[in-house]
Amino acid sequence: MATVLNPKKPVAVNPLKQSQPLGAALAFLGLKGMMPLFHGSQGCTAFAKVMLVRHFREAIPLSTTAMTEVTTILGGEDNVQTAILTLLEKAKPEIIGLCTTGLTETRGDDMEGILKEIKKRHESINNLPLVFVSTPDFKGALQDGFAAAVEAIVQEIPQKSETQKDQVTILVSSAFAPGDVEEIKEIVSAFGLKAIAIPDLSQSLDGHLTDGDFSAVTTGGTSVAELKTVGASAFTLAIGESMRGAAEILQQRFGTQYQVFPRLTGLKVVDDFLVKLSQLSGQPVPQKYRRQRGQLQDAMLDTHFYFGRKKVSLGLEPDLLYSTSCFLQEMGAEIQAAVTTTQSPLLAEIPVESVTIGDLEDLENLAVGSDLLITNSQGKRVSKTLGIPLYRQGLPIYDRLGNGHFSSVGYNGTKEVLFRIGNILLEEEETKHQH
Amino acid sequence: MKITQGKINELLNEKACEHNHHKDGQKKNKSCTQQAQPGAAQGGCAFDGASIALVPVTDVAHLVHGPIACSGNSWGSRGSLSSGPSLYKMGFTTDLGENDVIFGGEKKLYKAIVDVQNRYQPAAVFVYSTCVTALIGDDLDAVCQAASQKIGIPVIPVNSPGFVGSKNLGNRIGGESLLEYVVGTEEPEYTTPYDINLIGEYNIAGEMWGVLPLFEKLGIRVLAKITGDARYKEICTAHRAKLNVMICSKALINMGRKMEEKYGIPFIEESFYGVDDMNRCLRNIAAKIGDADLQKRTEQLIADETEKLNEALAPYRARLQGKRVVLYTGGVKSWSIISAAKDLGMEVVATSTKKSTEEDKAKIKELLGKDGIMLEKGNAAELLRVIEKTKADMLIAGGRNQYTALKAKIPFLDINQERHHPYAGYEGMVEMARELDEALHSPIWEQVRQLAPWD
Repeated sequence: MATVLNPKKPVAVNPLKQSQPLGAALAFLGLKGMMPLFHGSQGCTAFAKVMLVRHFREAIPLSTTAMTEVTTILGGEDNVQTAILTLLEKAKPEIIGLCTTGLTETRGDDMEGILKEIKKRHESINNLPLVFVSTPDFKGALQDGFAAAVEAIVQEIPQKSETQKDQVTILVSSAFAPGDVEEIKEIVSAFGLKAIAIPDLSQSLDGHLTDGDFSAVTTGGTSVAELKTVGASAFTLAIGESMRGAAEILQQRFGTQYQVFPRLTGLKVVDDFLVKLSQLSGQPVPQKYRRQRGQLQDAMLDTHFYFGRKKVSLGLEPDLLYSTSCFLQEMGAEIQAAVTTTQSPLLAEIPVESVTIGDLEDLENLAVGSDLLITNSQGKRVSKTLGIPLYRQGLPIYDRLGNGHFSSVGYNGTKEVLFRIGNILLEEEETKHQH
Repeated sequence: MKITQGKINELLNEKACEHNHHKDGQKKNKSCTQQAQPGAAQGGCAFDGASIALVPVTDVAHLVHGPIACSGNSWGSRGSLSSGPSLYKMGFTTDLGENDVIFGGEKKLYKAIVDVQNRYQPAAVFVYSTCVTALIGDDLDAVCQAASQKIGIPVIPVNSPGFVGSKNLGNRIGGESLLEYVVGTEEPEYTTPYDINLIGEYNIAGEMWGVLPLFEKLGIRVLAKITGDARYKEICTAHRAKLNVMICSKALINMGRKMEEKYGIPFIEESFYGVDDMNRCLRNIAAKIGDADLQKRTEQLIADETEKLNEALAPYRARLQGKRVVLYTGGVKSWSIISAAKDLGMEVVATSTKKSTEEDKAKIKELLGKDGIMLEKGNAAELLRVIEKTKADMLIAGGRNQYTALKAKIPFLDINQERHHPYAGYEGMVEMARELDEALHSPIWEQVRQLAPWD
């Protein structure tokens, strides 16, 4: 049981946290034909866009209501309306995801009222699938905004229909990259189940070329038509604790049972996942996973020398922090320090004495003497100062290629992570021996 | 300094900026005062602009007073390099929570400034206001003043809430803060008749370091770099320079004009991109501050550098000859890059003129020739159409359009502030030629355009 520390520093130094709207945008980008729209000043959109473009190395659709000083005082109704009409004309989205920001939340725009009014006025807006989510910058972090957007999506779009017993909904939290979603879907499909992932980043931010013309909106992801059928799913698999809220909404709306899998990196948790899929589908675990399981166990044997008693310090968002810490502990490593961005019931479960809600300055202070750092690429400075190697996880990662493809879930993904981290630890050990 | 509507209008209608005035002083060009369009706007906000202009000052702490988005989503990502201190690369923010928004953030800000000074000993603290802190009415100037008295170092308010306008306006707001609180607050140890300031050069990818040695060779001293690789102190002494050289001229033009008014320092607008512009820049500086001897030495330097450059460029010129380029970038860069490309034997078939002044446009027209396309407006789709229509070989643009080009399998060169290669000066010209050559002649183009054998 970890104690959660929330030191109230007057100044955050080298923030680990990003804002809620950025998280909401990321979730929205997993829907097909999507144009996320920030109701705020144009900079809110520009900063989020630049970060996502640089992390994924992809063109990122993201737009703004371009609030100014005057429109902020008068209220944002006209700007929201103009923005949506302009997007309908120019970008031709199949769906719009609208998020508030710190600016418009401070001002207190009545979004429900505004949307009702402009839908009344414009049939084109009324007919457009639109998901609205409140994401003030001054509350929570990326993971919260992402979860809030997924909750808004499942609240708004799915419709009641007859249950399809081989269809399952997979809710995937912000801790999982496009490559992870791809792997999870593949595993679920291998049991003969039809999987609908929300959001499905594996089809939109995975980095792929299409034959079609240029598109101003996402070219892949969960389609509106698929989203509508989510009410027919026989079960919800919520991957990542922060997806629990959305799973509960689906249960309330459609009576869909659910199970939360807080993580899918590590032997035991993948075992449990496959058992559940086997139960749901009535199918045995496919041969290929039996083989992958053996490969993972072999990799654990080969790599455990390098993980044993290594002290690791992590700075990650709660879902990912929990996943990586537990996995490292299962490999024999010790968690020296854990820094995170926002509250979560998972924090108490992390195998470390205390978890600090803080920034990279906190991580730098707590990580002294560790063997390995795990955080986003902004942790490079901490790594340099302390002379501790860095394994990059989370967002943003500016200085590594392939962020859209790499997977760390399932037996295969776990094995890949073992090798990646194992190689860093191995190299470190060899360098030490040479001195 | 309070940012009132009057102040904003003054910055938007900056007298010295040709964006606002046609040569005859009659009509007004709307580009600066245009408001961002909901649903269509693409660029950054005033806070972004102020950060671009000021964050390159290396030995100060840049503290953002606002909720997490403003700093959390952007810190540490700017491409400006330092030859010494790295404090400017750190992200400091008050990270306002809901309670601060309700009860006000002034106390937290005060404590934050004191805390930063205690732990990081910066030469000064620059405090940036944001939309939320402007909206809740935090008195930035008063807090900065009180904190400065307490900690004994300058605390500079930068009133840059994003919603007051564009990135460009933000640049000027940054400039205003320097004028009001920094420039003229200290005296240089000594002065020379050949002291100049560089204004609006941010040392992206270290490109200023390719130009400074040229000034050194000529005996021209750069008194203050505003702001690439600058130390706080040098900007304090900027009022003693004999000449202001405006590099990205429109961005901080207010500084040039006001320093002329206040300190009698003349200014010239120059560019470091391309041989012609670099030559002209050196000549103009020499003409403004120099004697016949300096001018002679300048001509000699230009001759030497040009000769060296021609030799270095020869192999690239052969490979780049006749290649067709679409250029998509703003303002001054448009024509200076066109002239650089022409110098390499490349043909610019289309360029954006969105941020260009009338004078820029005339220059562009002359350089492009009669078939050249001038893009007034543009988005990614439009850009791809033009590339197809003109059968261009590559796109030179800002990072934002990188993936637009790559997804269409079109070679791309990044020209904006996030890039990793220095293109300024004579050395930069060779670097640019090398990068262009690499982009155009990569063996991957044929492969990524190749259909699968079964298609």
